[in-house]
Amino acid sequence: MKKTLLSAAIGAAALGAMAPAASAATLDTVKSKGFLQCVVNSGLAGFAQPDAAGNWNGFDVDYCRAVAAAVFGDASKVKFTPTTAQTRFPALQSGEGDVLFRNTTWTISRDTALGFNFRAVNYYDGQGFMVSKKLNVKSALELSGAAVCVQSGTTTELNLADYFKANNLQYNPVVFEKVEEVNAAYAAGRCDVYTTDQSGLYSIRLGLANPDEHVVLPEIISKEPLGPAVRQGDDQWFDIVSWTHYALVQAEEFGITKANIDEIKGSTTNPDIKRFLGIEKDSKIGTDLGLTNDWAYNIIKAVGNYGEVFERNIGEGSPLKIQRGINALWSKGGLQYAPPIR
Amino acid sequence: MSTHSPAFVRDQMIVASPPPTNDTSTAAWIRKNLFASPKDTILSLVGLALLFMIIPGALNWLFVQASWVGSDRSVCATIAQGGAQPDGWTGACWAFVGDRFQQFIFGRYPLEERWRPLLVGIMLIALLIPILIPKAPRKGLNALLLFVVFPIVAFFLLSGNYFGLAHVETPLWGGLMVTLILSFVGIAVSLPLGIVLALGRRSHMPVVRMLCIGFIEIIRGVPLITVLFMANVMLPLFLPTGWTIDNFFRALVGVALFASAYMAEVIRGGLQAIPKGQSEGADSLGLSYWQKIWLVVMPQAIKLVIPGIVNTFIGLFKDTSLVSIIGMFDLLGIVQLNFRDPSWITPVTPITGLIFAGFIFWIFCFGMSRYSGFMERHLDTGHKR
Repeated sequence: MKKTLLSAAIGAAALGAMAPAASAATLDTVKSKGFLQCVVNSGLAGFAQPDAAGNWNGFDVDYCRAVAAAVFGDASKVKFTPTTAQTRFPALQSGEGDVLFRNTTWTISRDTALGFNFRAVNYYDGQGFMVSKKLNVKSALELSGAAVCVQSGTTTELNLADYFKANNLQYNPVVFEKVEEVNAAYAAGRCDVYTTDQSGLYSIRLGLANPDEHVVLPEIISKEPLGPAVRQGDDQWFDIVSWTHYALVQAEEFGITKANIDEIKGSTTNPDIKRFLGIEKDSKIGTDLGLTNDWAYNIIKAVGNYGEVFERNIGEGSPLKIQRGINALWSKGGLQYAPPIR
Repeated sequence: MSTHSPAFVRDQMIVASPPPTNDTSTAAWIRKNLFASPKDTILSLVGLALLFMIIPGALNWLFVQASWVGSDRSVCATIAQGGAQPDGWTGACWAFVGDRFQQFIFGRYPLEERWRPLLVGIMLIALLIPILIPKAPRKGLNALLLFVVFPIVAFFLLSGNYFGLAHVETPLWGGLMVTLILSFVGIAVSLPLGIVLALGRRSHMPVVRMLCIGFIEIIRGVPLITVLFMANVMLPLFLPTGWTIDNFFRALVGVALFASAYMAEVIRGGLQAIPKGQSEGADSLGLSYWQKIWLVVMPQAIKLVIPGIVNTFIGLFKDTSLVSIIGMFDLLGIVQLNFRDPSWITPVTPITGLIFAGFIFWIFCFGMSRYSGFMERHLDTGHKR
């Protein structure tokens, strides 16, 4: 996402400074500590944010709780390390955190050079555009000649240039250093279009004087697959984190929710669901992961299925009101797809 | 020579008459200071016009239009924004500050344990006030309590884990509490350490001198952000696996060392100003090195550099907000974190939050500045110009 270069430099320096990370199995370390240490954002609306009482809430935070539920059967056994864009990778690399859930884009350099592993994508983000409804624009392709507000030094700025060039459109970039400045410039009408990651556009829109007069266009011009990262070299832990996400997605596909899971568990005859919930005879799915067989039950019981986590934190049930869009299930035209759990 | 004075010579001075009312009345003051010449008149009128344009609007925004109570964004958002205020409304959102006030002070410190930082705060005030009043007795005991006993008690109270207190980890600390802890430790460590470094830099022992110069120049030559970043990000990579040093503690050490390097140079400035004769006088009285420094040189040097010392303290107090870049939440960090919360996002919440944070910072800095002014006057023994 942003500040990639700096993070990469720090991460690379970090790698140079030490031998490959902790050799002890992360699962054993987590179990002996008695809690999961989860690296999250130091404050991003909808993804990781403390409430009035100081408890962390959000989409990424619920994922941390889900992993804790899978490991301990208790979603409260988790502690959070808030990090900035620069400190997130060293925090994971140094072993300070066990897993990184911090709206982090999966890229090849992070997967290889930085020494992390990515597999599950819990949120497909991408760069989008927001315009005033007064312009009567329905698609980004109608934006020729527009003044575009953008933050300098980000991949956003480069993607913007690529997109307009590829589509032979003219535009005037209005560039600022800080996100607050970009917000102010857009609010004051100094530019017609605001571009940044789509998930961010929704929270920015909420802070405008007339949110209903602005619309987020449907085009997404970059790929920002956000997902959890773990250190390379610990396949078991990598599996647990990845399959926690797949369990959440699979539960939504089955129609299992936090509310109805006990009822379904008692009454179901579907062998798939029985296998999923660990109530099939001689099931080894959970124990093969290094967990108990009711791991998936514990996850859903604690945080609900993927759809519930989404709606509660960033979707219609939250002030952000982000549409499911490409984050819908594959069966509903989205990209969220869980490999078979069998 | 006759000592007789002629009758027309007065033998005492006439008591000075008060100046004519034309010179002392408010009208005269205004005439003299604001409208003395055409140029003054124009500047005054422009200034008054500016004030007249700004102040009523600011007061209206800050107090009259402001929204005072509420528990979510609806009280500060207009109908178009999904709130309850009429369209076109704008005003300060004090409801936001009220709703999150506890968090601004204590961060995410557990609700049921918040009496602990509160108690620490009360202890700090109780110990700080007498040490700041020159006439209050028992300064030595007071200083011992404040700088030795109090930090230990405060540590156990805040962190817990002993004496039946629940353990509260430092990632949960935040807000004004963190700002004050960082500043207190920075101030309490930097003054003595700075004195030692300044003396070391002027020492005749080459190794000591080189060490002090090296420390001061290295620390002073890098930005505080770099020091914090090294402490937060790089240090854990150098430590053996399994070793962890608390993040907050690392930041504390970083801030204290940074302030010490600056303090050392301020104190050295004072030492340079003390004439050599003072040292020689002390030597000829047979005082030892430490007696000489403690009784003769340092009291004069410190007095000279009070403005510089307080300047460093104020700078340190404001620099503590940099810890937010390493994922810690001081007062400013926690305010920023809260106005990004979706349940409070409105166009006016960030401004209100920043005004609040700025005001709190100002109160503390202004207090320090006024106190230093008072100390300068109190210690003034003939250097006044």
